[in-house]
Amino acid sequence: MFDAFSSILVYQWLGLDSSSHIGAALHFFVMDIAKIFTLLVIVIYIMGLFRALLSPERVREYIRNRPEWQARGMAVSLGAITPFCSCSSVPLFIGFVEAGIPLGITFSFLIASPMINEVAVVILIGILGWELATLYVIAGLTVAWIGGLAMQKLKPERWVEDYVWKIQVGSTALLEHDKSLKGRHNYAISEVKEIIRRIWKWVVLGIGVGALFHGFVPENWVSENLAGGNWYDVPTAVLLGIPLYSNATGVIPVAEAMLGKGVAVGTTIALMMSVAALSLPELLILRKVIKWQALAQFAGILAIAFILVGWIFNLVSGSF
Amino acid sequence: MKNIKVLGSGCKNCETTANLIKIAADQAGVEIELEKITDIAEIMSYGVLSTPGVVIDGQLVHAGGLPGPDMVRQWVTG
Repeated sequence: MFDAFSSILVYQWLGLDSSSHIGAALHFFVMDIAKIFTLLVIVIYIMGLFRALLSPERVREYIRNRPEWQARGMAVSLGAITPFCSCSSVPLFIGFVEAGIPLGITFSFLIASPMINEVAVVILIGILGWELATLYVIAGLTVAWIGGLAMQKLKPERWVEDYVWKIQVGSTALLEHDKSLKGRHNYAISEVKEIIRRIWKWVVLGIGVGALFHGFVPENWVSENLAGGNWYDVPTAVLLGIPLYSNATGVIPVAEAMLGKGVAVGTTIALMMSVAALSLPELLILRKVIKWQALAQFAGILAIAFILVGWIFNLVSGSF
Repeated sequence: MKNIKVLGSGCKNCETTANLIKIAADQAGVEIELEKITDIAEIMSYGVLSTPGVVIDGQLVHAGGLPGPDMVRQWVTG
């Protein structure tokens, strides 16, 4: 449907040649914009209707005072579905510390949250298919689990800034929400507006980069540099992802274009994870609560985890 | 006069929230006292983990994400 729409618009109305670079790139761009935004509106609206109003405040109440494996399981899975802006990571971190939640579990939450969210998952299913979406989610949850555990072993408590321990958190605010159908509808509509407003630039940028990649980057370049079946493809992809900052949604079109050019699945997933969860701005925000040493460990553990994920997928899919 | 505090460590959403409230108050012709709270200890004292948060006369009314326009109007007039 979106393919046909884009063909009519680009090839018939604009009269571009389907074999030209610019024609192919524009076709890809229009098709993906239409497809992704349609999916986004539907998914965000439905989630807005049914979301049991999860907030970080509620997550904190769920997790505190639970045995470690339960707390970690909840931190990882709730992290995946709880929306929070990266500028909230500091109050969230302090709030979790103050509630006596072990740091390793807080890290699990902080890893899972940006890497996996329902919007990204649905778009992944829509564009790359449910097999890859499932792999991405399982790998993401595993990395969040193990990454937090590894942080815990390094005893990050000693690197927490002193003032964090002294802050007194007021009684946790759990705001009441309107639970009637109309209230939920209004909430869902406002969610759609708010989320689209927040991420549309990233999505368009991601699709744009994907489209350029699609139309202009020659297959030879890709196969020589990222799809050569070399062991260093995956580490290169992870390194590439650190300065690139987008959310999990914006990077999907790029992933689609990469796969189309013959880049291996594991290499692509490693790049996606690195772009979404390992970003310099995020690390700099966390610097307010923990010292460089712990940040370096955090980044190192994540980079290693993404590389391992990439290698494992490439090995399993036989393209290594 | 209402005292409205916007809790947030200075991120973009927090700035936008403060501006929305200011504009809504101007439009409604209501005088308010608008404060931006950026001190993390003070933000946490309201039990907020997700910013921006909004406090009206000492009462927390919103946490996390941008508030909708209807909500903001209600805060300044209600």
